[in-house]
Amino acid sequence: MTGILQFLKGCGRQIATGNKAYFIWLAALGVAILIGLAGYSTQYRQGLIATNIRDQVSWAFYIGNFTFLVGVAAAAVLLVIPAYIYHWGPIKEVVLIGELLAISALAMCLLFIMVDMGRPDRLLHMTPILGTPNWPRSLLTWDALVLNVYLILNLVVVGFILFNAYAGREPNKKILWPLVLLSIPVSISTHTVTAFLYNGMAARPYWNASILAPRFIASAFCSGPAVMLVLFQVLRKTAKIPIKDEAIWKVAELMSYAMFFNLFLLGAEVFKEFYSATEELRYTQYFWFGLGGHTALVPYAWASLACSIAAFVIFVVPRLRTNWKWLNLGCLLIFSGVYIEKGLGLVIPGMTPSTLGEIYEYQPTVTEWSIALGIFGVGFLVLTVLVKISIPILVGTFKTPASH
Amino acid sequence: MSATSSLPVLPPTPDEIEDAGRRAFLRTAVAGGALAGLSGCAGFSMDEFLRKHFKELGPDELKKVLAKVEKTNKETWGKDTRVSATGPREGVEFGYGLDISRCIGCRRCVYACVKENNQSRQAPQIHWITVLEMEKDHGVDLAHAEVYYDPATVPQPGKFYFPVQCQQCRNPPCVKACPTQATWKEKDGIVVVDYDWCIGCRCCMSACPYGARHFNFATPTLPAEELNPDQHYLGNRPRPKGVVEKCTFCIQRAREGRYTACVEVCPVGARKFGNLLDPESEIRKVMETKRVFVFKEDLATHPQFYYFYAT
Repeated sequence: MTGILQFLKGCGRQIATGNKAYFIWLAALGVAILIGLAGYSTQYRQGLIATNIRDQVSWAFYIGNFTFLVGVAAAAVLLVIPAYIYHWGPIKEVVLIGELLAISALAMCLLFIMVDMGRPDRLLHMTPILGTPNWPRSLLTWDALVLNVYLILNLVVVGFILFNAYAGREPNKKILWPLVLLSIPVSISTHTVTAFLYNGMAARPYWNASILAPRFIASAFCSGPAVMLVLFQVLRKTAKIPIKDEAIWKVAELMSYAMFFNLFLLGAEVFKEFYSATEELRYTQYFWFGLGGHTALVPYAWASLACSIAAFVIFVVPRLRTNWKWLNLGCLLIFSGVYIEKGLGLVIPGMTPSTLGEIYEYQPTVTEWSIALGIFGVGFLVLTVLVKISIPILVGTFKTPASH
Repeated sequence: MSATSSLPVLPPTPDEIEDAGRRAFLRTAVAGGALAGLSGCAGFSMDEFLRKHFKELGPDELKKVLAKVEKTNKETWGKDTRVSATGPREGVEFGYGLDISRCIGCRRCVYACVKENNQSRQAPQIHWITVLEMEKDHGVDLAHAEVYYDPATVPQPGKFYFPVQCQQCRNPPCVKACPTQATWKEKDGIVVVDYDWCIGCRCCMSACPYGARHFNFATPTLPAEELNPDQHYLGNRPRPKGVVEKCTFCIQRAREGRYTACVEVCPVGARKFGNLLDPESEIRKVMETKRVFVFKEDLATHPQFYYFYAT
């Protein structure tokens, strides 16, 4: 018992110490969270009428953010594969950082689902025993299942690595590796099932294309590692984790393949739509060129494409991707490109025009932006706190007094 | 969870009913134990929290639930209401016919429906029927359809009118998508929503090809003097904020053997309604003497709502 207390006290100490930049960062996150809370209290009182979601576009910004973040969560863990294949050395660290990012991304996913629900007070109706989940027919029940399994798996692996490091031991590889290997197919399944959530709807031709799940996976391999690359650089400097330059450049190279594949799949879809030019072209047309003077999404569409192509060029040219400034610019570009593509770019054209042909131009309200900002604040706070506690444990500066 | 329990049309087997009862018991035991201490919290209704799924309610429990709706109605609108939960009748499957050649686009059906079914009047204004104005040149083509047509008189030359509401599909994508079984198809073909079980995730709205499902984006606005006191639990009882609603073929009327409000009000007799299993019914006459089609037949939703051109 005193051991646990000591551990918690130690965690508190880790979180409460840091340089000026760290505290400014925390304060900024605090402000973001407060703005989010203010937005949510408005929405909770008024209902979803505080958003611009309507019957015609019945899923929007929240669900788009959710979809994007499932990708980030899924791909963070997948860096385990190259880390293992290319003998990066600090593979345990790579696993750990990946899983911490996955945990914070999943926390954001769950929050985005919560704020999108009309009756979050009835969430338990979806759970077994307490509720009546429509499993296996409803894809949302599948999504809840795989996301929760993935979250639990990540928590277990992180807990196991840290518990051992805190006690000054190497983790038992016979327990650790099967869990890490299991998290790879589970992470793929989270993003696949999320794609199927859209894919399975025959009423929405824009989503009802078999290319959707592969596109989800390809874009996830772009956005997830982008965050990881930035995190690696920060942690190398601040926590002295020995991640080699070559490892980072290798990830960048692998990302360029994923980006190429993502652009190729996009091209395949655009070709099919425009060449066959059926009634179903209208959704794609709305996104890229607008329909009947309705052009709200057009700037987003081209910005997303420009970001993705620019990032691809940066990552594919060795001289650019090995230059830190260019590399980080590339990370930012691909993150933004996929954020639009898997957010507004996926959800809104799926519902515009509506199933009865009506064009309702959706744009997020200030309330929606505030709530999203707040949720990102929570996510980055979770990540910051987890990293702040985990890294000292991992490098051995924060451990049980008994092992001194 | 039995996979067949939410299959459309099929009645539950005795096994499923027993299974449902067992789950209901478990739920009460688990939730009761875990949350006994919470019941004192402000705004937390233990009753609502521990309520079972509609299909698991026993006759006495159902009576209590209905009485509670009547009590809430009285408190909110100061009016006595009669809330029933009349079930489907043996040998009845409802079918609907819409004569496109007769419809003049007057939208009287839209507003009769709003009045009958206690929809929110504004912010948001909810209509269960959408009338589309289409061009004769194009036929039934959603790319050339207008929802917000507003000429001085209807019908306009060169146009025809195409009303859409819930098609009561035999293979309903909405029921498949719902994560909580809060919406299902009854034995007489009506797809219903339990407003006290819906979590407001709007999966059903994404899944519906007919734009037939509507969401209460805010607390519905409904003046007391316009409240229809004859209500059905799965139909026109007032809805709370944050849940989905839809056309139920006026379940409160249809199950009493009456016409729906839209059929009754239609000034040109474009709307036909009846029992598909009764060879003498109006809808069967339509199907035998006219050629009917269903909307978006390529999606294989198999509607119980048929369109036809009588003239």
